[in-house]
Amino acid sequence: MIKRLIALALLAAVGSVFATLLFGYTPDAVLNLTARYYAEHTAADLGAANIVTAIVVTYRGLDTLGEVTVLFLAASIVGLVLAQGTQKKPRTPVPVGELLTTGARFLLPMILLLGVYVFVNGHLTPGGGFQGGAIIASGILLLLLADPLKHFSHGLISAIESVAGVIYVSIGLAGVFLAGGFLDNRILPLGTLGDLASAGAIPLIYSLIGLKVGAEFASILASLSETEEL
Amino acid sequence: MSYLLPALTGLLCFTMLVAAIVAIRDRSMPVAILAAGLVSLVASVLFLILASPDVAMTEAAIGSGLTTFLLFFVLARVRAGEHDGEQS
Repeated sequence: MIKRLIALALLAAVGSVFATLLFGYTPDAVLNLTARYYAEHTAADLGAANIVTAIVVTYRGLDTLGEVTVLFLAASIVGLVLAQGTQKKPRTPVPVGELLTTGARFLLPMILLLGVYVFVNGHLTPGGGFQGGAIIASGILLLLLADPLKHFSHGLISAIESVAGVIYVSIGLAGVFLAGGFLDNRILPLGTLGDLASAGAIPLIYSLIGLKVGAEFASILASLSETEEL
Repeated sequence: MSYLLPALTGLLCFTMLVAAIVAIRDRSMPVAILAAGLVSLVASVLFLILASPDVAMTEAAIGSGLTTFLLFFVLARVRAGEHDGEQS
């Protein structure tokens, strides 16, 4: 009874906080200083049609490098923890339906293509490396669902992951010497706004992030699938 | 016309709440997982209405795609484990 009362009181307190936020909210009539800077300067300075991508990859590129590193750490720790429970004996999988097998075979190429499209066009359309990587990983998960005994080469996954990471950091370092600073995208020509090969190094960096994120998620999923005792 | 968007937003919020309650209260595990996926899917539509397509894509890809798949995958593994237990 007391527990329930405390829970209700907590809920009411959290609810009142959110209600205050909601009723005190007035939309801004003009963009604030930072937002206006980004809105006015992105197209001219960086040549990226998608301002969010320009912020994520270039203006706040270091934060993105940090995010990718956090994801990498998470993937390595999952691999480390789950590797100890791995057993070599073959297990009997749950039988998968015809629908799943055929559906996976039909959908997998399209899912992978969509993932690649999303990260290659990150500087033009919404989405980018993280979204595209997650889409690729969900395609790989579909493959694992349809064929639970399938083995992914961990060597290949970690090779893709490390090569993408090393090139990403090298492009960042090249920015220090060839352009304005670390992760500056102007080491390559900016091109015309809206072209696929525009916005300097942004498409390159976002594709690398896409590969890296996809490989990291895939390695988490593959470790999960190969572990007997969770 | 001006009432259409708020009405749609309200409907989506209501759907999200119902789906969240179903995800918590439902006895059947697959239904609960699907309901949790629906919460994320509706959240991504709400992000789209709030004019942030990038966040909407992340939510749709990770929240409603990858997580739902992953939970089903783990559910299948847990059931396979139960099966092994019965045999031995």
